[in-house]
Amino acid sequence: MSLKGKSLIEPLNFTVAEMDELFNEAERIIANPRDYAEACKGYLLATLFYEPSTRTRFSFEAAMLRLGGQIIGFSEPNSSAVSKGESIADTIRTVECYADVAVMRHPKEGSAMVAAMSSDFPVINAGDGGHHHPTQTLTDLLTIRLRHGNFNNLTVGMCGDLKFGRTVHSLIRALLRYTGVRFVLISPDELKVPDYVREELKGANFTETQDLTAVMPELDVLYMTRVQRERFFNEEDYVRLKDRYILDMDKLQNAKESLMVLHPLPRVNEIAVEVDDDPRAVYFQQAKNGMYVRMALIMAVLGVKV
Amino acid sequence: MTIEGIGNGIVIDHIRAGFGIKVLGYLGATGKSDTVAFIMNAPSKKHSRKDIIKLENTNDLDLTVLGLIDHNATVNVIKNHEIVDKIKLSLPEKVTNVIRCKNPRCVTSIESISHTFQRVGDSDTYHCVYCDDLVKADAYLK
Repeated sequence: MSLKGKSLIEPLNFTVAEMDELFNEAERIIANPRDYAEACKGYLLATLFYEPSTRTRFSFEAAMLRLGGQIIGFSEPNSSAVSKGESIADTIRTVECYADVAVMRHPKEGSAMVAAMSSDFPVINAGDGGHHHPTQTLTDLLTIRLRHGNFNNLTVGMCGDLKFGRTVHSLIRALLRYTGVRFVLISPDELKVPDYVREELKGANFTETQDLTAVMPELDVLYMTRVQRERFFNEEDYVRLKDRYILDMDKLQNAKESLMVLHPLPRVNEIAVEVDDDPRAVYFQQAKNGMYVRMALIMAVLGVKV
Repeated sequence: MTIEGIGNGIVIDHIRAGFGIKVLGYLGATGKSDTVAFIMNAPSKKHSRKDIIKLENTNDLDLTVLGLIDHNATVNVIKNHEIVDKIKLSLPEKVTNVIRCKNPRCVTSIESISHTFQRVGDSDTYHCVYCDDLVKADAYLK
């Protein structure tokens, strides 16, 4: 089994076994990070961020730097040839001449797929519009695995913007491959999962509700999401929906002691700051895990072993 | 009304009434060279009405497109005034540049690439291979 040269566009590009191997590698890195300090020496990662990003870009850059590799890239398209109207295909073909692996975030859905189809080196999707964010899924799954050991028979609540929340779409797709996972989808009508995700959920164990408090005692994992201003064409809709779900200590009262509260971050106000100190809040640990699993991913697609 | 049979060519029969004009459009049949007969609202035993297209001296058709537009239509290949082949249509697994993705967030809205849709399982639903937007074959016909 080798992921060398493979692109990661959506979670199902990797098999369950391949993901397990990534998680195993990430756990080895967590245990002995210094052993990996020169694993990718001589390799170059290109970060192509057509959309603002702090966490994901920093996470990838930190991952590559901690592996001893180097980085080139742009963090907003106005500073690149993209502002001159260059296509994604042309940009990636050019970047391929310089770098060994590319990470791309773009506001259009399917953009990473176009990049992967237009090049012969590994392309990693760091978010394509409201579509997918597979490395966030790796992060989420690793965080759950570190606590629960596996993913089977979990009741996973997903709350907030399930329509444009690409991390939700990717996580559902990935979790559907495990046994006995039950989904509780918590959102207003306007932000329910899109039709293609609903299609994927056919035959799965899932319920939809608008009442977060009522379902709280059932959950093993609560995945909170931000209502994203940048995904709305209409500001009024955003304002009307943005404060719909706010997780606070009052709501957590009826939750299991073993609950994990995850969030892909950044958070605005959907999780009250008072929740941060509760042991069930794992979103900052989740961000750290993201760096480790991205280290494992970069090594895997470059075919590097320690 | 009497329409003559054709000696060599293709007859597309049992097209859902009202959709013949769409079929003609996708076949690119202009009638500038060979004879094309287009019959609308002909009486039908299967359905109450149907459209029929007869294309003289034509033997190659993009059945993929035809299957998407109306997979219940039948294609008869005519040689020397005899039917030599009856082709059963089915919904194609993949279509390129037939359905256009209408999702304004899809990469096809900015990049010069083909609009490609893949059938979802055995259903009559297709998804854009780039953004996963769903479209029903029926909706596409409307």
